[in-house]
Amino acid sequence: MAKSVHEIVSSEKFKKLVSKRWAVSFFLTFLLFVIYYGYIGMIGYAKDVLKFKIGEAINIGIILGVGVIIGSWFLTVLYVFWANNSYDKTVQELKKELK
Amino acid sequence: MAILFFVIFIILTLGITYWAAKKTKTTSEFYAAGRSVTGFQNGLALAGDYMSAASFLGIAGMVALNGYDGMIYATGWLVGWPALMFLIAEPLRNLGKYTFADVVAFRLKQKPIRVAAAIGSILTVLPYTIAQMVGSGNLIKLMFNIPYETAEIIVGVVMLIYVLFGGMLATTWVQIIKACLLLGGVTLLTLLALSKFGFNPATLYAEVQKMYGSKMLEPGGLVTNPLDAFSLGLALMLGLLGLPHILMRFYTVPDAKEARKSVIYATSFIGYFYIIIPLVGFSASVLLTKNGVTGKEFISSVDKGGNMAALLLAQELAGAPFMGFIAAVAFATILAVVAGLTLAAASTMAHDIYVNVIKHGHADEKEQVKVARTATVIFGVVAIALGILFKGQNVAFMVGLAFAIAASGNFPALLLSILWKKFSTAGAVASIIIGALTATILIILSPTVWVDLFHAKEKSVVMKEISDLEAKVKPQIEALKKQISIAEPSAKPILEAQTKALEDNFNLQKKEIMAKMPKAIFPLKNPAVFSLAISFIAGWLFSILAPDKEAEKKFEEEKLRTYLGVGAE
Repeated sequence: MAKSVHEIVSSEKFKKLVSKRWAVSFFLTFLLFVIYYGYIGMIGYAKDVLKFKIGEAINIGIILGVGVIIGSWFLTVLYVFWANNSYDKTVQELKKELK
Repeated sequence: MAILFFVIFIILTLGITYWAAKKTKTTSEFYAAGRSVTGFQNGLALAGDYMSAASFLGIAGMVALNGYDGMIYATGWLVGWPALMFLIAEPLRNLGKYTFADVVAFRLKQKPIRVAAAIGSILTVLPYTIAQMVGSGNLIKLMFNIPYETAEIIVGVVMLIYVLFGGMLATTWVQIIKACLLLGGVTLLTLLALSKFGFNPATLYAEVQKMYGSKMLEPGGLVTNPLDAFSLGLALMLGLLGLPHILMRFYTVPDAKEARKSVIYATSFIGYFYIIIPLVGFSASVLLTKNGVTGKEFISSVDKGGNMAALLLAQELAGAPFMGFIAAVAFATILAVVAGLTLAAASTMAHDIYVNVIKHGHADEKEQVKVARTATVIFGVVAIALGILFKGQNVAFMVGLAFAIAASGNFPALLLSILWKKFSTAGAVASIIIGALTATILIILSPTVWVDLFHAKEKSVVMKEISDLEAKVKPQIEALKKQISIAEPSAKPILEAQTKALEDNFNLQKKEIMAKMPKAIFPLKNPAVFSLAISFIAGWLFSILAPDKEAEKKFEEEKLRTYLGVGAE
């Protein structure tokens, strides 16, 4: 049975899709902020921690600097994984109902 | 040698332009490459559009001269991409046609939004373009010994050919090729450099420490004011989400899922790039040390900003041919970025202003493409003219300005129009205009412009006074310290007291002189934290004061397109 645009948009399933999508997005954005601004904060307020050496020359600062890039990138991997599996599936189901 | 590589690149890309030109007849093709680009290709193109020569050479140079501070700066360039993925990428693709103004104007009144978004776009693209044109003129002069003005004209004309005849299709493929060359070239550079350290970065860092001390590997003077650093971080992260030439790339892929893929690929390439660049910088500082001159000294003697570090390293590792190759890659990078910016500016002028405002949305395909091409030429000429006008100026702050305006003018309106039902036309116009203006004004009042640019003379007078004082007092202090080291224990206290008195006096005098330093009216170097907040507040306030009932009604229906992609173009 084909539903109208209005029916789809006000359906529970659709509303849940939208709220889930933003919950995931904002949570990941929050994590991103923590990673990056946490790093900046450490440079401002915890320089000594960053200067702490692991091995002959490498210090925590270098490890974190690279870690921020890898961590941020990993968050996008998580998003894509969720979107490809959970989000897209629901989108397909809803689109079918529309037809 | 570099000329040879670079001519090969130009011929190759002009060939692509010819191929693309034959396929570029409609607006969909001129602006969006006929939506024929895959997620992977777009990921490369996005990376190509984003990784500029300034980034590559500038950060390598910064790391070579300032060590870890360059790494801090490098991380900031990547973090916008995850934010772009989470907040904007898919809705952007679903709701728009060719430009981000399409998205903001989706439910709202076309004309005022188009004009405001066009202003926001142009205000972002213009300083970015000036910075690129001036930077490229300087680089080309440094690398190829061609006069500045000639370099500007060459850059302007070649990129105009790409855009004018090949539109987005040609531009995309130029970006893709450039991205491959850049990533490949820098990878090769890194591998060759690391081979001198047994392919072990730890060894590299140990050598850096040996030569320059631990300080080179620790945060230095870059992050002194945490609020300023936070502000800069905000501008870099959220500014990306308002850069017109990046956002318009999302319309070259068929749907939101490919848009999503674009971002993950782009993020991977860009992340990789910003991880290996510092290795290039550090290697340069070590490997270019010869005949008693440290790498740092040598690099800064060629160019104060360190921009030649990567090229000199290439020469050191594999001779002039490799240096030539890297130089050609840098040049290709410049061309590609400026082409992307020109296309963005042209699309704003033609699609947003001419078609949607002047012609009320009624213009046939042929006319639209013709106008787009005209706008391209206009902007290309303007770019060349501005490049020549700003010759010799320190335009580094212009990239910061572009990002701040993008973050404060374009991004808030884009996000609010997707998220908030009650976002009205007045709110959108207010947030764009007020955001962009606030960012611009605050930057003019900031240390980089107000002091370093407008009051440069006074600043240098004060700086000279300080260095004169240092020249007088420091030797005295050194001499005293020497005396202390060879003095008898009984004599030490008096000498130490004398030294302390001298140092205290020096610091006091220095403070007095510093008080005469011209002060910026706005203390932060980057205004993003304020202008961003003001923009959101303006968007909210004006939406409450001047609501848009029509727009509110459309919000629910729009969701079908935003989230399911139904009806997307």
